[in-house]
Amino acid sequence: MSDAVTMIGRSVRLSSRNVEALLTSLALPMMLMLLFVHLFGGAISTGDAYVQYVVPGVLVLCAGFGAGSTAVSVSQDMTGGIIDRFRSLDVGGPAILAGHVTAALARNVAASVLVLAVAAAIGFRPQATAAGWFAAAGVLLAFVFAVAWLAAAVGLLARSAEAASGFAFVVGFLPYPSSGFAPIDTMPSWLQGFAENQPITPVIESLRGLLLGRPVGESPWLALAWCAAIVAVSMAASIALFRRRTS
Amino acid sequence: MTHEPAVEACGLEKSYGGVRVLGGVDLTVRRGGVFALLGPNGAGKTTTVRILATLLKADAGRARVAGHDVVSQRSLVRRAISLTGQYAALDEEQTGEENLRMMARLSGLPRARAGRRAGELLERLGLTDAARRRVATYSGGMRRRLDLAASLVGEPSVIFLDEPTTGLDPRSRLAVWDVVTELAGAGVTVFLTTQYLEEADRLAGHIALIDGGRIVAEGTAADLKRRVAGERLDLTLAGPEAYERVAGLLADRIVRRDPETLVLGVPTSGGAGDVRDLLDAVDPGRRLVERFAVRTATLDDVFLTLTGNSARKEDQRV
Repeated sequence: MSDAVTMIGRSVRLSSRNVEALLTSLALPMMLMLLFVHLFGGAISTGDAYVQYVVPGVLVLCAGFGAGSTAVSVSQDMTGGIIDRFRSLDVGGPAILAGHVTAALARNVAASVLVLAVAAAIGFRPQATAAGWFAAAGVLLAFVFAVAWLAAAVGLLARSAEAASGFAFVVGFLPYPSSGFAPIDTMPSWLQGFAENQPITPVIESLRGLLLGRPVGESPWLALAWCAAIVAVSMAASIALFRRRTS
Repeated sequence: MTHEPAVEACGLEKSYGGVRVLGGVDLTVRRGGVFALLGPNGAGKTTTVRILATLLKADAGRARVAGHDVVSQRSLVRRAISLTGQYAALDEEQTGEENLRMMARLSGLPRARAGRRAGELLERLGLTDAARRRVATYSGGMRRRLDLAASLVGEPSVIFLDEPTTGLDPRSRLAVWDVVTELAGAGVTVFLTTQYLEEADRLAGHIALIDGGRIVAEGTAADLKRRVAGERLDLTLAGPEAYERVAGLLADRIVRRDPETLVLGVPTSGGAGDVRDLLDAVDPGRRLVERFAVRTATLDDVFLTLTGNSARKEDQRV
């Protein structure tokens, strides 16, 4: 357990010094939000001011970018000499990965706060109750946690950091065919089936409903169920992959 | 338990996808001092070290390190050893001090002691001035030293160093050699691998020569050198006639004949008196022998002879 604490300190410190990753996970989502709201927003009809609609999508995009850095740093640990040093100090895979996942959570909390602040500055007016904020934070953290574990598994699977960085592209793309940036009923019918049933849509619907103080139905539970499933599969895969990489 | 060897390996075998890397390695390393596993690239040095350091499972064979089995008592072995691999095991974006503090915490020291230990090691390896700089700004030699410091945080009783000086400039190499010598002096067992004969000769009390995944020779540097040639006096004769005449005189004492270059070799102690006596005996008129050279077998001879390469390099002392 104390190993995990040390490893968390390490990963957080390394994240805070990785300027490139910080820029990606903090600045890029903010720029994307400005881009969506001011350039595309006028053309997308959502029944509301577009900024009211798009914030959850940008929060989820942040999680994707953050996960890209997680996959890369896990992969770098596994391909560099340091993994041998950790193992010869009897530090287990779970402690090492816990460090990366916790750093991902910390990066995303910072990014989300920043995104919300910028959103508020350009007209986002959340209507959430205290309980609503709390629930929204819970759903978002669950999603970030799930994607971070998935990223850890990808980082363990990838043979190089370059390959691992491809993960950011996939996770960074997945929010687009969801209800994050445009209503699903405006999409071509062949895409609607995917958009409605992919895990990001219930996360977005939960966040949007909770932040705007609207009814959310079953979305939060569906979102949490997806996250739990992703965590379960990714953790099991990570442990198996770590064992395979280190035997 | 203190009389148990530091490392005891028996019949270690390892293959990767049908390619046999280790073909039954047997090793015994006494406690204390420096042991060198010497061999060319691809001989199986790193694989052996990784098995002994519990990072890799052998396909067959057993090994005990610091008195514990590397498979069934893996954690006990890990607590007693450290491994420094060929590539620096450090975080580039942490400072030297942060790296060491982290390793000290991971080796089980409480926070305050970890900080003190990091400070001591930085001082010992001459890195105090660079302690607060990120490792990314370190030179190759500084990284090596920090890496060595990191391997010392847990006060291991057996230290594995896999090619500790590969790629270092001469000055950094000397610095690493000093640390290794000092460690061995402090009672730690240092198990190093190297492809440099000079390094093994200089540091190690005991050397095992590995080639093609097998130990092909073992002993002190002197033992190994004796196995090849010892010392030899080479006489270069003035002409074919002189060659024939001296060859007749020395008869079966000759260990090397080379009529083309007119060289005859005989065993010698290398002492001035012996050499003078022999020259007087074969060439009282001082006209037959043009030049002479005393040649000592080097570890290069041993290396090249025992690793199946017949080309010999020889150290010349005239």
